[in-house]
Amino acid sequence: MSRIEQRFAELREQNRAALIPYVTAGDPEPGATVPLMHALVAAGADLIELGVPFSDPMADGPVIQKACERALRFGTSLRDVLAMVAEFRKTDTTTPVVLMGYLNPVERMGYEAFAATAKTAGLDGLLTVDLPPEESEEVVDLLEASGIDPIFLVAPTTSDARIDHVARAARGFVYYVSLKGVTGSQTLDTSALAERLEGLRRHTGLPLGVGFGIRDAQTAAQVAQVADAVVVGSAIVRLAEEHDGDADGFARAAATVVREMRDAMDVARSPGAAATV
Amino acid sequence: MSKIDWAAFPDARGHFGPYGGRFVSETLMGALDELQQVYEQYINDPDFMAELDHDLKQFVGRPNPLYHAERLSRELGGAQIYLKREDLNHTGAHKVNNTIGQALLAKKLGKTRIIAETGAGQHGVATATVAARLGLECVVYMGEEDTRRQSQNVYRMRLLGAEVVVVKSGTRTLKDALNEAMRDWVTNVDDTFYIIGTVAGPHPYPAMVRDFQAVIGREAREQHLEMTGKLPDALVACVGGGSNAIGLFHPFLGDESVEMIGVEAGGDGVETGRHSAPLCAGQPGVLHGNRTYLMEDENGQIIGTHSVSAGLDYPGVGPEHAWLKDIGRVNYVSVTDDQALAGFHRMTRTEGIIPALETSHAIAHVLDLAPQMRPDQSIIINLSGRGDKDLNTVAEREGITL
Repeated sequence: MSRIEQRFAELREQNRAALIPYVTAGDPEPGATVPLMHALVAAGADLIELGVPFSDPMADGPVIQKACERALRFGTSLRDVLAMVAEFRKTDTTTPVVLMGYLNPVERMGYEAFAATAKTAGLDGLLTVDLPPEESEEVVDLLEASGIDPIFLVAPTTSDARIDHVARAARGFVYYVSLKGVTGSQTLDTSALAERLEGLRRHTGLPLGVGFGIRDAQTAAQVAQVADAVVVGSAIVRLAEEHDGDADGFARAAATVVREMRDAMDVARSPGAAATV
Repeated sequence: MSKIDWAAFPDARGHFGPYGGRFVSETLMGALDELQQVYEQYINDPDFMAELDHDLKQFVGRPNPLYHAERLSRELGGAQIYLKREDLNHTGAHKVNNTIGQALLAKKLGKTRIIAETGAGQHGVATATVAARLGLECVVYMGEEDTRRQSQNVYRMRLLGAEVVVVKSGTRTLKDALNEAMRDWVTNVDDTFYIIGTVAGPHPYPAMVRDFQAVIGREAREQHLEMTGKLPDALVACVGGGSNAIGLFHPFLGDESVEMIGVEAGGDGVETGRHSAPLCAGQPGVLHGNRTYLMEDENGQIIGTHSVSAGLDYPGVGPEHAWLKDIGRVNYVSVTDDQALAGFHRMTRTEGIIPALETSHAIAHVLDLAPQMRPDQSIIINLSGRGDKDLNTVAEREGITL
C-alpha cells in the first residue's frame, strides 16, 4: 500500500478529512523548506504539497507567482526540490509528499531521471497543472513504474466524458479545482461543490481533494464535510510574503493557520456537528 | 519529403510530430474542445468562408499587392525581390487576417468578451479593431516594457475602446502578457474568447491561426505565378511566434523547388545569449500550451529574451515551425538588432516603404541572400507590417528625441 493510500485509509477510519497544505519550495529561502514541512505536519497536516517554482506559473494567482519569484532568486531547481523531499524523509517516513508544478522543469530533467530520483527521494505523487491526461501517457508509465502517483485535476468545466478519462489516468487522489480561475481566487460556492463531488464519486473510487479558494478555517471546515481532502495554498503562502524573509516567523504563522484549519475540520466532521453546507 | 501530406498536420490532437499538443490546466480543456469543434465546422462552411472573404476584402483591403522591389533588386544585383504587402492591410500588419477570423468564431460561439495578448501592439490593435467593429468588450494584456516602447499602439487600442492591462510580472514582456491572458481566460472562460495572435498555444490555435494567415501565401503564390509565370525560388519571413511566416510558407510547402527561410531575432548576437532565437539556439520544451523550441536554462526555467523588436521578443515559437525545422523543410537563421536596423533603413531609402522592425529582420537576411542568387531567380519577402509604430525605437537608438 502506498503512503498516500495508507494515509487516506487511516483518515477514513477516523472519519476525518485530510488537510493538505501547499508551500512553494525554496520560499522564502531554500533552507526554510524542510523545517517548514515538519512544522506543518506537527500542526496537523496529513499530506504535504510542495510547489516546484517555475518562471511562468500560468495557473497561479499573484500570491504563488511571487512565491515562485522569491524561490527562483535562489535558483531553486527541481533537483533541489527533490533533495528537500529526501531530507524530509530522513525523519518522516509516513507523511506523503506530492509535488505540484508545471511540466517544463520535469521535461528538462527528463522523465526517466525524474522518476528515478523522485523514487529514491521518497516522493509519493506528482501533479503537473499543465499536463492533461491526453498528453501524459509516457510520464504516467514511468511514474507508476517508480511507485509515484500521477495526480490529475478535475475542474468545474470538465465534462462527464472527460471525467472518466481523467479518472482512469489518476492515482492517489483526484484533485478537484473548486472554481474557475487561478490559485488564490476569491469565492467558493460550497453547496455547488457538494453536488459536484457527489457526481464525481460516481466516476471514481479515489479520494477527492478540493483546492483553489479555501481561505480560512471556516471554508476548510465546510469543504471537509463533503470532501476527502482540503488543499490550502495561497492562504498559507501569503504569510511568507507578510513575514518578508523571516522564515521562522512564516513557519510559526503557517503552523497556526494549519492548526486552526485542522481543529475546525475535525469539529465539522465530529458526530453531532450541525451540517453547515 | 515529397511524400508528406502537409494537409494531414497537425493530427487530430494537434501534434506536428513531437510538437504542439494541448498542455493547459484542466479548466480550459472543455473550452478548447468546443473551439476545435466550432472551428472545424466553420472552416468547412461555405457561408462562413464567404463572410470571412467579404470582410478581408471590404474591411482589410485584400488582396494586397505583391510588389516587385525593382530598385532594391537592381542594387543588390542578384535575385528579383518581391514584397508581399501585408503592411497595406487595415491596421498595418498581417495580424488582422487572424483577428477577423477568430472574432467571427467568437460571435458564432456567442462570446461577448474578447481578450488578447500583445507584444509590439500590432495584434492588440488588430484585436481591438475587430472588437470595436463587432461591438465586443475587449481586454488586451501587454507587458510593461512593451507599453513603454510601443506607447502609440497602447493609445490606439484605448481609442478603439479596449482596456489595456499593463502586465508587471516576470520579464514584463510578451510571454508575461500571455501568462496573464491565460489567467484571465481560465477565470472567465464562460463568456470570454481568447484571440491568440500567433501560431502557438494549445491546439487548435496553431492550426487555426495558420489557416487564417494562409491567405498570405495563397495570394502570393497566385500573384507570383501571374506576374512571372513561375514559382518563386525562395520565401523569407521573420519568425517570432511565426504567424506571418507560416501564413506565407504553408501554401508552398508542397512546392519542393521553393526554399523557405525563417529569420529569428538574434538580438545582440546569438553567441551573447541576449536574443530571441529559440529555433537557432533553444531546445524543445513545454510552455503556453504547446511543446516547441524554447529558450530555457538547464533547470527548465524560461529565460529572458531580447530583441529590438517587441513583436519578436518571445522565448518560444509556433510548434509547426519546430517540426518544419526538424524535418528540414524550412531553414531558420537569425539576424542581429543592428542588421535589422540596416535592413529597415535600406528598405525605407530604396523603396519608399518603412517596414516594421520585425519585418526588417527578414529584409536584413535578404540583403545577404539576394546577391548570392541569379537575376532570373526570385525571392518573396513577407512585408508583414509597417514601421510607423517603431519610429520612437529607431530614433532612440540613433540618439534622436522626437
